[in-house]
Amino acid sequence: MAEAARRVQSGPPKRIGVRGWVYAGRYGLDRYLYILQRASGLGLILYLFLHIYETGIRLRGEAAWSATMALFRTPVFVVFEFILFAGFVFHALNGLRLIFAELGWLLGPPTRPVYPYRTSIRRHRPWVYALMVLTGLFVALAAWDIFVLLD
Amino acid sequence: MRESRWWILSLSAAALMVVLLTLHMGLMHLSGLMKVLGVDPGDVRSFAAVMERGRSLAQMVFYLLFLGAALYHGLYGLRSVLLEVTPPRGQGVLSGLVLAAGLLAFAYGAYVTVRTFTG
Amino acid sequence: MAERAHGAVETGIVTVTVRVSRFHPETDRSSGQQDYLVPAGPGMTVLDALVYIKEHLDGSLAYRSSCRMGICGSCGMFISGLPRLACQTQIRALGPVVTVEPLPNYPVVRDVVPDLEPMVTHHTAVRPFIVRGGEEQEYPTAEYLQTPVELDAYLQFAYCIKCGICLSACPTLATDPAFAGPQALAQVYRYSADSRDDGRRARLGAVDIAHGIWRCHLAGACTEACPKGVDPALAIQLLKRLIVADVLGIGRRRGPAPVAPPDMQAQRRPDIPAAPPATVPGGSGAQKNQP
Repeated sequence: MAEAARRVQSGPPKRIGVRGWVYAGRYGLDRYLYILQRASGLGLILYLFLHIYETGIRLRGEAAWSATMALFRTPVFVVFEFILFAGFVFHALNGLRLIFAELGWLLGPPTRPVYPYRTSIRRHRPWVYALMVLTGLFVALAAWDIFVLLD
Repeated sequence: MRESRWWILSLSAAALMVVLLTLHMGLMHLSGLMKVLGVDPGDVRSFAAVMERGRSLAQMVFYLLFLGAALYHGLYGLRSVLLEVTPPRGQGVLSGLVLAAGLLAFAYGAYVTVRTFTG
Repeated sequence: MAERAHGAVETGIVTVTVRVSRFHPETDRSSGQQDYLVPAGPGMTVLDALVYIKEHLDGSLAYRSSCRMGICGSCGMFISGLPRLACQTQIRALGPVVTVEPLPNYPVVRDVVPDLEPMVTHHTAVRPFIVRGGEEQEYPTAEYLQTPVELDAYLQFAYCIKCGICLSACPTLATDPAFAGPQALAQVYRYSADSRDDGRRARLGAVDIAHGIWRCHLAGACTEACPKGVDPALAIQLLKRLIVADVLGIGRRRGPAPVAPPDMQAQRRPDIPAAPPATVPGGSGAQKNQP
């Protein structure tokens, strides 16, 4: 009897781990946007620290400042600037959408679950498409400025 | 303080930055496009332009506000990400480290801004 | 194999490879896989396939199921890349190879049976019941009054069957076991948005913590995975709004729904038969109904 009463030992917890953040697999669009939002956010905060350091160079005088700015006009840094800009555009527009959605707007009211289910995520999809179109537009404009106008 | 206050602050900083950062990015990184649109900010990254901007009181206030909002929002987000891999008992240490990084960066950024203002 | 005689059924059968995750806690250190060839007719579900395997191919296979119709929430499994109910998943819609694994983010009891204890722990911690102050909680006198509009504010989230699928889909729970998860948070909203409830303050305080509701980033996976259309993501966002409104002091605050007013002493119409005598002498409503 004691054998039967013994609680069955569960196996190892199959927690997905950080892979669960970066792998969206067969889940929907919002899960991919979550990954991009997280990646762009981490990139931007990393850049902010570099940026704070880099703007401090002006205290060392004009020569040091101009040398740094000249470095930023090399092709590697121009590409880097474009990636940064694309990250910012996406993070800002998607973030704007998330501010509204996380405060309960743009999702629609609760409905009775009658099959086929219409979820808030589906009702919200047009805003996701709008965000993607706008992001694409702004990133294209940035590409035009950074790579074509070459200011 | 409850977590909701910090989160609301982060959301407010985000809303503020949608406006401020759009202006900043537009002027600093897309000056070519601005010229096409009829706004010529000049060579915004030249030493003279940077120092001249820094001597205006409005610009200094703008930059300080901006620095605070960006650091707060960014580091709150970083803490959120790291919290999800930190067990609850490491939470205080994590928050302390992130806060220290934020205060250091703000202090340096504010020092640069104020030094530029006073000349 | 007598069914083969019926031509229509025979052409309707294809062979599906069901790749099942195997794990025995007393002999295995990690999960392995085993392939089974299952003849799949039209309308066959993944649960039907598991039943077939257990009956005809391998009696040692362990899975959990009960109602076979999406009500009990026992058979949540990770099927071909998504967490779903095995009884509601058509096997022939998944291609020639179907993988069946236990729900992620849970400990495994055996084979594809997850230990749902993490979900139950979080669920019970959020006081998932209507809380009323005073005598009414322990010694109720009558029902609470609620309008249909007030009902619709939470009804969708009351359809949760506690299958635990949303916790498998959640990216935050992939790393953070302290996060309450979509199921518990949706139930926090379900009870806090219920006009009969008066326990919102304690319930919201319990999730307004560092590992609480703010670690939801609206990845939407819980809602997409939910087999009952409960939409936990919507409940969580509405809960965020509720807490933010509370903190900023801009929420509309209304007291809990009133108890129904006492009996109006209405007379029974002669064409309606009298109620049977009360089984408990002196019961509240029964005596009034005596002619």
